[in-house]
Amino acid sequence: MIPAQFDYLAPSTVQEAIAALAEHGDDAKVLAGGQSLLPILRMRLNAPGVVIDLGRIAELQGVSEDGDHLVIGAMTTYAAVLASGAVSTHAALLSKAIATVADPQIRHRGTIGGALVHADPAGDVGAPALALEAELVIAGADGSTRTVAAEDFFEDLFTTAVGEGELLTQIRVPKHTGWGAHYEKFVRVSHQWSIVGVAATVRSEGGSIAEARVGLTNMGSTPLRARSVEEALVGQPATDEAVRAAVASVADGTNPPSDLNGDSDYRKHLATVLTRRAVLAAAGA
Amino acid sequence: MTITEDRAADAPTPEIGRARTRKEDQRLITGRTRWTDNIQLPGMLHLAMVRSPFAHATISAINTDEAKAASGVLAVFTGEDLKDIQGVNITAWPISADQKTPDHLPVAVSHVAHAGEIVAVVAARSSAEARDAAELVDVDYDELPAVLDLKQAATDSVLAHPGLGTNTSATWQLDSASGGTGGDIEAAIATAREGGIVIEREYRQQRLIPAFMEPRSTVVDPTGEQVTMWSATQVPHVLRFCIAATTGLQESKIRVIAPDVGGGFGGKLQTTPEEFATLAVARKLGKPCKYTETRSETMVSGHHGRDQWQKLTLAAEKDGTVTGLKVELMADLGAYAALVGGGVPVLGAWMFNSIYKFAAYQFNVTTYYTNKTWVDAYRGAGRPEATYGIERLMDELAVEVGVDPLEIREKNWIKHEEFPFTTVAGMTYDSGNYEAATAKAKELFGYDELRAEQRRRRESNDPVQLGIGISTFTEMCGLAPSRILGVLSYGAGGWESASIRMLATGTVEVVTGSSAHGQGHETAWSQIVADRLGVPFEDIEVLHGDTQIAPRGMDTYGSRSLVVGAEAVIRAADKVIEKAKPIAAHMLEASVDDIEFSAGRFGVKGTDKSVSMPEVALETWTCHNLPDGIEPTIDADATFDPNTFSFPHGTHLCAMEVDTETGATTMRKYVCVDDIGNIVNPLIVEGQVHGGLVQGIAQALWEGAEYDDQGTLVTGSFVDYTLPTSADTISFITDHTTSPSTTNTLGTKGVGEAGTIASTPAVVNAIVDAVRSFGVNDILMPCTPERVWKAIQKGGAVPVEGERDAQPHFDEGAPNQDPGAASPESASEGSQS
Repeated sequence: MIPAQFDYLAPSTVQEAIAALAEHGDDAKVLAGGQSLLPILRMRLNAPGVVIDLGRIAELQGVSEDGDHLVIGAMTTYAAVLASGAVSTHAALLSKAIATVADPQIRHRGTIGGALVHADPAGDVGAPALALEAELVIAGADGSTRTVAAEDFFEDLFTTAVGEGELLTQIRVPKHTGWGAHYEKFVRVSHQWSIVGVAATVRSEGGSIAEARVGLTNMGSTPLRARSVEEALVGQPATDEAVRAAVASVADGTNPPSDLNGDSDYRKHLATVLTRRAVLAAAGA
Repeated sequence: MTITEDRAADAPTPEIGRARTRKEDQRLITGRTRWTDNIQLPGMLHLAMVRSPFAHATISAINTDEAKAASGVLAVFTGEDLKDIQGVNITAWPISADQKTPDHLPVAVSHVAHAGEIVAVVAARSSAEARDAAELVDVDYDELPAVLDLKQAATDSVLAHPGLGTNTSATWQLDSASGGTGGDIEAAIATAREGGIVIEREYRQQRLIPAFMEPRSTVVDPTGEQVTMWSATQVPHVLRFCIAATTGLQESKIRVIAPDVGGGFGGKLQTTPEEFATLAVARKLGKPCKYTETRSETMVSGHHGRDQWQKLTLAAEKDGTVTGLKVELMADLGAYAALVGGGVPVLGAWMFNSIYKFAAYQFNVTTYYTNKTWVDAYRGAGRPEATYGIERLMDELAVEVGVDPLEIREKNWIKHEEFPFTTVAGMTYDSGNYEAATAKAKELFGYDELRAEQRRRRESNDPVQLGIGISTFTEMCGLAPSRILGVLSYGAGGWESASIRMLATGTVEVVTGSSAHGQGHETAWSQIVADRLGVPFEDIEVLHGDTQIAPRGMDTYGSRSLVVGAEAVIRAADKVIEKAKPIAAHMLEASVDDIEFSAGRFGVKGTDKSVSMPEVALETWTCHNLPDGIEPTIDADATFDPNTFSFPHGTHLCAMEVDTETGATTMRKYVCVDDIGNIVNPLIVEGQVHGGLVQGIAQALWEGAEYDDQGTLVTGSFVDYTLPTSADTISFITDHTTSPSTTNTLGTKGVGEAGTIASTPAVVNAIVDAVRSFGVNDILMPCTPERVWKAIQKGGAVPVEGERDAQPHFDEGAPNQDPGAASPESASEGSQS
């Protein structure tokens, strides 16, 4: 299908992009990897006057290390994140979640920053960002930057802390070196959005769980973090029985959607089963 | 020509049976070929369709002023503007004399009956401008109540077409007692109720979307003496006929070309509103026009498939000998009777009895209109529905009798020594060997080992249960004997045509009326002709899909090409040989009676003198020295009308693992042993079987078209209409037994739909088998994890052995469908949209 007509801008620096956003305001849409925006434009669900393509901004791409943090440029493709040894070593959960995103073609186009800002609760990077306590660096109109914790980043369906005239520039991920990780994604066909996904990463000590982080995909209007489950897991042995008990309430208070893939109650049930499996796998059990 | 001689001298290995890669694949796979949308004509305009967002409405006004004033727009047409020349989309198969058939106008004039129906057409200089302007067309609709549910449609409480006065289109019956092919079904059921077994079940065939790879596209050039239409269609010849029959254009003034066509699966066995609208606009403007749909348009406008409720009553003796089957179908036609339309469920009439010897049989179907996308043929067309129904029932009967489901089938199937066998539905199966296919399948599958594992998992309450599903299918294909079509009031014959043209340079043109859209006719026909005429495979060109090049044809569907179309090719080839003999005899200074044709050479008996086929072709072309009075051509035509159908069969075995904690299902093993007679190209067969299996498995597990209560297609894109990919399937184990058909020269049977027909019940049987110990005896298709999990929950969280529910069922007024899963009505677009 053909999108409605729009002007296309391709700034080469973040500053130019911010300036373009300031100039066009509401009439502009930011194009990252385009894996959500382009279908929306083609189906004419949205018709911005200007599309600002971030694809030529070199400073937004790539993975680097900064002390005890990984720094991932917002325009780094899923494939590039997957190829990064630093990510698989220090933030294995992110690698494992991204490996499940759609298919290779989409992983070579789609970007981690684009997915985070699009904030589809069924997307696979939100839950690991929460679980890994990532920090999101946002560039503002006046040339300043601010850093928002993942916990505060996701505000609602398709809504994040990135405000008008702002751009997400970096994802800073605290290193979780040595933590086990697993992303349990439940789908009917492999290229589908998550029906439910559970991101779990665990630091084990002497056969029991010393620390655990759990994020949930598609269990509400934003990705969610299951703090009470994380706390309940501390000190537990990595056994089916112990973990089953610790995660039993993971769906409490969630409000997952009902659709053709399952109703809300079924998703809550799934979250319980999948959390157990994700934690056990992360703990190497 | 020297090449030919060398090869002939070497007595080449037969082409038939060789696993040749397809000669057409390079251009088809790279896309550097003649797809309709690749066609560019000078001055060509581009069309965009304005479509109704409402399922049911009257059109009170259409304002096109703003659209007409938009950039690049030449014209905007409403149905009112086109009504004198646009023709009508007709049905070829009224299944009863009093069938109710609403007019299906390509561009609606005053009434729309489904969301997606065309109400106006924009013609502009570019497709982008046409699309932009389409949004500026202002249509006033008065919404009418829509009937969306098939069972509600049957009550006539809301009418899809108020003018018809009813939603019922037609009813049709096949009865073995009145037809003289068997006993009385009601008597059989009554007897069974008195001490035998009666199994009553209601099954749902969900609505499916054919999802061919290439969206439909049409280009019309009205500037020549003839109007030329290129279209992504399976049926260029049928299309030409329908245009002539309804638009006022003479048939001789119409040329239809199906260039390379990227799949159809029945979805392009149609004459579409888009084709007719494009033709009408091109004629109005006198300029070439192109319309290419978007995938979103395909989903709402291209016809859908299946969509039936099946009420089935099986009567049997205590030992499992089936004594009768009664079939009562409700079939959803959607908003209009499509080209085959009500004939699709009727095609199941001869197949519910399948491979079995039933004493009594009755098939009833009633077709209904709803305010949803129209429904027509989809891979298998009538036979998958029938196969599903009977193969699900045979499993239920096995449970009731308490024997292995293979045993219950063997007890009832036609033995191999009983062929040819005339069934209770009146069909005569020419050949088959169900015992052999089943024995081979069991061995490849490791049947006994998997049954043992299933028992172990059941006994240990393993969270992952294992189920084994069986489908011993047959089908009727090779459409179709014209006389039978006539008896059924189908609007055309079922013959096929071929021509062979021997070129002066020794190469051969084979013209077939069977227009391929991805099946590999070019390769298979070349192999057949290479053997028949003794010319190299590479020297044969197969031409099709253009009514000016292949003027006679009935096109490609119903697994007919090889068994009907290639038979015509063989008969044309044999005529070429006969026509060439007197010329060869003249060249060899011998008597015609002494000429023998072998491996591409005409030889004189008892001598080493011979001439090759290309030499005869050249001699004929120069025409310098032919026998007196002979017509200077060895080209030949043939038309073949089959006198029966083709009956492939096979045994499919499927093992499914069910994660009882989530309801997720995983295919563990799939074995199929098909008997499709002799095989021309094993590689093409393998491709057909694999693709067919996946399409049938997809019906069982993944696909389903769902509407909301407004009549909007919720599964309007591939985000929600979950097509599988190779990542979702396993490696299938495929093999064959061979019972050559006795009704065609090559002994072949159709294979294009076999996999799809067989696989759906195999998968569902396996899933039900895996969770039957939880008290489950059915799960609605597609068997989503949610439905499987809820079935397990409803059946009881603790496995209970021996609890069965196979006895009379309808009397309690509770169809055994959709155990607790979310109904389509409660489904929203959700976050996946």
